Amino acid sequence: MMPRAVNVDLQTDATLQVDISDALSERDKVKFTVHTKSTLPNFKQNEFSVVRQHEEFIWLHDSFVENEEYAGYIIPPAPPRPDFDASREKLQKLGEGEGSMTKEEFTKMKQELEAEYLAIFKKTVAMHEVFLCRVAAHPVLRKDLNFHVFLEYNQDLSVRGKNKREKMEDFFKNVVKSADGVLVAGVKDVDDFFEHEKTFLLEYHNRVKDASAKSDRMIRSHKSAADDINRIASTLYTLGTQDSTDVCKFFLKVSELFEKTRKIEARVAADEDLKLADLLKYYLRESQAAKDLLYRRGRALVDYENANKALDKARAKNKDVLQAETSQQVCCQKFEKISESAKQELIDFKTRRVAAFRKNLVELAELELKHAKGNLQLLQSCLGVLKGDT
Amino acid sequence: MAAEMEPPPLGNAGETDFRELEDGEDLFVSTVTTLEYPEPSSPEPASLPAEDISINSNGPKQKDVSFDDDPEDLFAEATEEVSLDSPEREPILSDGPSPAITPVTPTTMLTPRMDLGAADMFERSLDEIEEDNNGDTFDIHIAVSDPEKVGDGMNAYMGYKVTTKTSMTIFNKNETTVRRRFSDFLGLHSKLASKYLHIGYIVPPAPEKSIVGMTKVKVGKEDLSSAEFVEKRRSALERYLMRTVKHPVLLKDPDVIMFLESSELPRAVSTQALSGAGILRMVNKAADAVNKMTIKMNESDAWFEEKHQQFENLDLQLRKLHASVESLVCHRKELSVNTASFAKSAAMLGNSEDHTALSRALSQLAEVEEKIDRLHQDQAYADFYLFSELLGDYVRLITAVKSVFDQRMKTWSKWQDTQLLLQKKRESEAKLQFANKPDKLQQAKDEIKEEIEELEGKVEQGEKDFELISKTIRKEVSRFEKERVKDFKAVIIKYLESLVQTQQQLIKYWEAFLPEAKAIA
Repeated sequence: MMPRAVNVDLQTDATLQVDISDALSERDKVKFTVHTKSTLPNFKQNEFSVVRQHEEFIWLHDSFVENEEYAGYIIPPAPPRPDFDASREKLQKLGEGEGSMTKEEFTKMKQELEAEYLAIFKKTVAMHEVFLCRVAAHPVLRKDLNFHVFLEYNQDLSVRGKNKREKMEDFFKNVVKSADGVLVAGVKDVDDFFEHEKTFLLEYHNRVKDASAKSDRMIRSHKSAADDINRIASTLYTLGTQDSTDVCKFFLKVSELFEKTRKIEARVAADEDLKLADLLKYYLRESQAAKDLLYRRGRALVDYENANKALDKARAKNKDVLQAETSQQVCCQKFEKISESAKQELIDFKTRRVAAFRKNLVELAELELKHAKGNLQLLQSCLGVLKGDT
Repeated sequence: MAAEMEPPPLGNAGETDFRELEDGEDLFVSTVTTLEYPEPSSPEPASLPAEDISINSNGPKQKDVSFDDDPEDLFAEATEEVSLDSPEREPILSDGPSPAITPVTPTTMLTPRMDLGAADMFERSLDEIEEDNNGDTFDIHIAVSDPEKVGDGMNAYMGYKVTTKTSMTIFNKNETTVRRRFSDFLGLHSKLASKYLHIGYIVPPAPEKSIVGMTKVKVGKEDLSSAEFVEKRRSALERYLMRTVKHPVLLKDPDVIMFLESSELPRAVSTQALSGAGILRMVNKAADAVNKMTIKMNESDAWFEEKHQQFENLDLQLRKLHASVESLVCHRKELSVNTASFAKSAAMLGNSEDHTALSRALSQLAEVEEKIDRLHQDQAYADFYLFSELLGDYVRLITAVKSVFDQRMKTWSKWQDTQLLLQKKRESEAKLQFANKPDKLQQAKDEIKEEIEELEGKVEQGEKDFELISKTIRKEVSRFEKERVKDFKAVIIKYLESLVQTQQQLIKYWEAFLPEAKAIA
């Protein structure tokens, strides 16, 4: 099963190409087949595949975040957990309500839900793939050892999910981090570029969040409307078969029409989901990763400034000066290293973002046009038949 | 010979004979002429054969007017006489020996005269009335508009302007405008139902009351939902009137004509939900329902069996369809709201985006979505007013159809009961023959003979009633089906056209946006 094309535009080159060539959904687990093609010497073979689960992706992501060396990079956001709960619940409800609808209706709804399940499945595959591709495209991260192990080691990485205590620890860490983040953000930056990026990212992130939520709601309403049209088509069909008058032809023709237009409406909703909602969700996560980078830099700056102050104090007192000097130098280097790479990362982020939005908005408009034209053609041809009839 | 004359309007056909036509033979033969009510040109008011109709009527009160030559006056007097209260009106059929008998002479009694123009309607069978509109083609258009709140507080009500444009001669003028309130419409329906339902005519039901909706309006809530409510009601009232006048018999009913033309209408108090009449109505409805369950009719006519079943099926499916369409309207409204909300959000995002071209594209996207939101709103409006309301109307109409079938059952039942009664009387008579009290015997015998004669007449009448109502229903059903086919075809086409328009607009909007998206560099 080939996953859908990624929705983020990335340059991949021949030295390292990663994709998810297959995926299997088993109960509540999804097993991804990660396929690698590489000319790099580090790998034993030029082409190989392994099977990975969601937790292993998370492990890889977390290892990047925790690595001090990567503090100056935007860490590609982790893919969201595969969530089939809603879909499964709907399938269950359908099963329970089987008695209350006709056989045709039941089969139709079942097909609908199965298609929905499949769509969610494809999406989760795409998102896991995008994560890997981002890592593979990054000049530094692609060399990471854990990454290579992830790609190559054909046994289970024995990465267990976090237990309750670890999850609690994470939660507290996040609380501390955001409190600290506020403090750090308060420190005015000397560098205009970063000061601007800080303000920009904060506002952007919030607005993307809002747009993402609103687009989700809009798309859900669209799907509900398509479902209604489905039911209307079924009832019209029954009416058409029961009716003994002239109008039965109308009912049957319109029922047929609505069956087709409903499918188009459903696809419109699905495409909007893919091109718009997913795009916004992805940039929600990326902008958060960018914010995290700024936070790390800010933290390093504060540490550097504190180290400077400590050094001055030490010099004044003429006590532990060497220690203070080393400490200050370490902080300085750390800060400068982060600053250097951060600038480039943020510029790349903008380039990627613009390219991704462009691609998706163009594709969205093209698909909307295609579907509207399809709808129009169906409607007009049906009208032609019906008008000719009367 | 007519002692009291009955206003001749065709529509009252149902009311005329309240008395058993004992001297029925004479009934229509003597009738003179014409009065195609209210043609001013007509010479004489029709001499109404039925005598004292008004006086002893237990059934629907007729306009108990001393018939004047001047048709105009009829109106004036009629208004007073029209029973505002007539609680007796409703339970026509619950009365035992109800005088509600065949309206017009059954064709057996009278050779239908194909007089056109000034033909007296009592001379013609109802067949002709329907086929021939005095040379008038059906040309009438009614508009309900300008809802205006009158009064304040809980006594306030909405007044509507009713404009009738027509070239038909039964109306006084080519164009009339009157003001009416909702209870007037209900009153009209109530009258028509009491006159025509029991003889098998499908009377279009009036729009439903809505206590919640009206209270909001009364209280003065000037929000979107009360405006929508008023518009919904206005549209429903318009459709109601048009449906009513499309019925060839109802069109000529004096109540209808008065409703459309008379500047003042007596208040139909009996339509209030909590009035004495209202409560009586409810009681009778319950009684009817119980009766319906106990009447077991031997259906000898397969046509009726089949049609009954067909209407049951149609009812079921239409209700289902109506529910789905209502759900669609709801979701489309939701979609419109959510699209507007997303549009705003996208605009904000565009504002904060620091890449100029992308920022502009996002603003354009926001604009497109805003336009699409309005498109969804318009489509929801069409969904509702074209599709959903039509379905609602037909669900109610089918209830009227079913009630007409029920009336037929009742008529049959009455006939059977009378027959049984006759039989019992005959048995009593036979018994009397063998009684041993000679002095009382003769008197009793005479009494019984009289009763039996009376009953024989009633039985004969009952059978005729039953046959007539069956015949009327067949015609009505065929007319109804024709209307239904026309209505649905027209609405479906209009609805599809609205969908076409929506798609065309969508194409325009996205085509305008595409180059903007491509321009992002």
